[in-house]
Amino acid sequence: MIDWINTIAQGLLLGGLYALFALGLSLVFGVMRLVNIAHGDLILLAAFLAIVITSVLNLHPLLSLAILVPLMFILGYVLQRGLLNFTLGRDILPPLLVTFGLSILIQNGLLEVFSADSRSLPGGGIETASFQVTEHLAVGTLPLIIFATALVLTAALQLLFARTALGRAFRATSDDQQAAQLMGINNRHIYALATAVAFATIAVSGVFLALRTTIAPTDGPAQLLYGFEAVIIGGLGSIWGTFAGGVILGVAQAIGFRMDPGWGVLSGHVAFLAVLLFKPTGLLGKGS
Amino acid sequence: MSALLSTSALTAFYGDFQALFGVDFEIGAGEIVAIIGANGAGKSTFLKSVTGLLKARPGSIVFDDSPIGGMAAHDIVGRGIAMVPEGRRLFPSLSVEENLMIGAYRKRAGPWTLDTVYGLFPALKEKRRNPGTALSGGQQQMVAIGRALMSNPKLLICDEISLGLAPIVIKGIYDALPRITQDGLTVIVVEQDVGTAQRVSNRLYCFQEGRVSLQGASGELTRDEISRAYFGL
Repeated sequence: MIDWINTIAQGLLLGGLYALFALGLSLVFGVMRLVNIAHGDLILLAAFLAIVITSVLNLHPLLSLAILVPLMFILGYVLQRGLLNFTLGRDILPPLLVTFGLSILIQNGLLEVFSADSRSLPGGGIETASFQVTEHLAVGTLPLIIFATALVLTAALQLLFARTALGRAFRATSDDQQAAQLMGINNRHIYALATAVAFATIAVSGVFLALRTTIAPTDGPAQLLYGFEAVIIGGLGSIWGTFAGGVILGVAQAIGFRMDPGWGVLSGHVAFLAVLLFKPTGLLGKGS
Repeated sequence: MSALLSTSALTAFYGDFQALFGVDFEIGAGEIVAIIGANGAGKSTFLKSVTGLLKARPGSIVFDDSPIGGMAAHDIVGRGIAMVPEGRRLFPSLSVEENLMIGAYRKRAGPWTLDTVYGLFPALKEKRRNPGTALSGGQQQMVAIGRALMSNPKLLICDEISLGLAPIVIKGIYDALPRITQDGLTVIVVEQDVGTAQRVSNRLYCFQEGRVSLQGASGELTRDEISRAYFGL
C-alpha cells in the first residue's frame, strides 16, 4: 500500500515538470492557435544556456533564472514579431512547418556547439536532497520545488488572463483578432507578448529539466510530446486543465513504471489516448 | 466648418476586385451623417478603409487634419475613431464589463467611463458579470456601442446597428443617440432602413456600386431621389 502511495506521490511531482513544459504551449495555442513544434527544443536550448550561464558566472542554477528568464522573454518577443507573426493566417500549415524547421535548426545548432554528450546542471545538493514525510514516504526536495513552481506559475498565468488588462487583450485577440484591432489592440504586439511569456516558462522548464535529469541536444521532441499530451489531456484553452493534464500524465507514467520499468512512458501515452477516445475535448476543455 | 473626416477619390480593392471607385466624403465636427445603400454598394468597404482594416492611399483619408489612409487599425483607434462593427462582434470570453473595459484599451481621456456608460444603458449594469454573448440582441448592441464609446472617440461609426433587432429595440437604441452626441461627438451611422437614416442624421450619403450616388441634407431629400440613388433606376 505504502508503495503505491509513494508511486502516486512521485508521479504527482513528475507531473509538475510536465505541467511546466505544457504551460507555454497552452498559452501560445490559446492566444493565437499556434502549435510550436520547436517548444521542446527551446526547452533544451534554455537548459544548455543555463549550463553556460552557471559555469561562466559561477551561479547557482536557480539564480541563473534571473538572467535566463528575461533573456528568453526577449528572444520569444523577437522570434514572434520577426518571424512567427508572418506565418499566422487562415492556413494552419505555415506555423507548423516553420516551427518544425526551427526545431531542426536548434537541435543541430546545440549538437554543433555542445556535442551529443549528456550533461546536467549541478544543483549544489538540492538534486539529491529529500525529506521524510512519514516513516516510509520520502519526497525529493527538487521535485517538490518543481511542483510548487508549476503550481505558482499556473496560478499566476490564470490571474494574468483573468484579472489584468493584458489578459483581457489576450482573450479578446484570441476571440476575434480583427474586432480586437478595432479596440486599439495591436495584435502583432499581443502575440509577441504571449510568446515572450511562454518563453519565460520555457526558461524555467529548461533549468528544472537539466537539474532533474541528464540532457542531450536531441531530447527536445520528447519534451514537446509530454507537454503536448498534458495540454490535450487537460483540454485546449484551459490553464488549470493544462496543469491537471501534466499531473495526470506524470501519475500515469509513474504507475506504468511501477508495474514494469519499460512501461513508464508507454502508460503515459495510453492515458493520453484514453482521454482522446473518451473525452476528445480534454478534461477541462471548452468543447467545440 | 472644417471637416473632421474627409476622403477624396478613395479607392479600395479586395485582391483584383475593385470595391470603391473614388469616394469623396466629408463629415464636420458634431455632425451626424448617415450612409445608406443596398448590399454590396460599398458601405462596409468604406468603413473598413476608414478604420484601417483595408489598405488605402495615405492622403485619400484625412482625419483631424492628418492623413490616416493605410494606417494600422489599432493606431487609428488611438487617433479617435471608434467603430461599432456590424454584427456587434462582442468578445465571447469576456464579461459585459470586460467587453466595455477593452474598449478603453488605448486609455484616451474623455467623458466616457464605466459609470457613464452604465448611466446611458442601465440594463447593462445588472448584467455586468454575464458573458457579453449571453444577453439579448438589443442589450448586446448596447454593449457594442458602450464598448466603442469607452475609447472616448472624436468620431463614432455605427455599422448597421439595427440589423436583426425588433423595431421597438431599434427605437430604444436610437433614442440614446442624443445623449451620446450631447458633448459634440461626431457620428456616422450606416443604415439599411432609409427612414431611420433620414430621421437621425443631419446629412445623408447614398452609395451605389462603390460610388456616392447621392448626398444632401437628410430632411431635404425626397423619397424618389433616394430610391433612384439607392437602386440606380
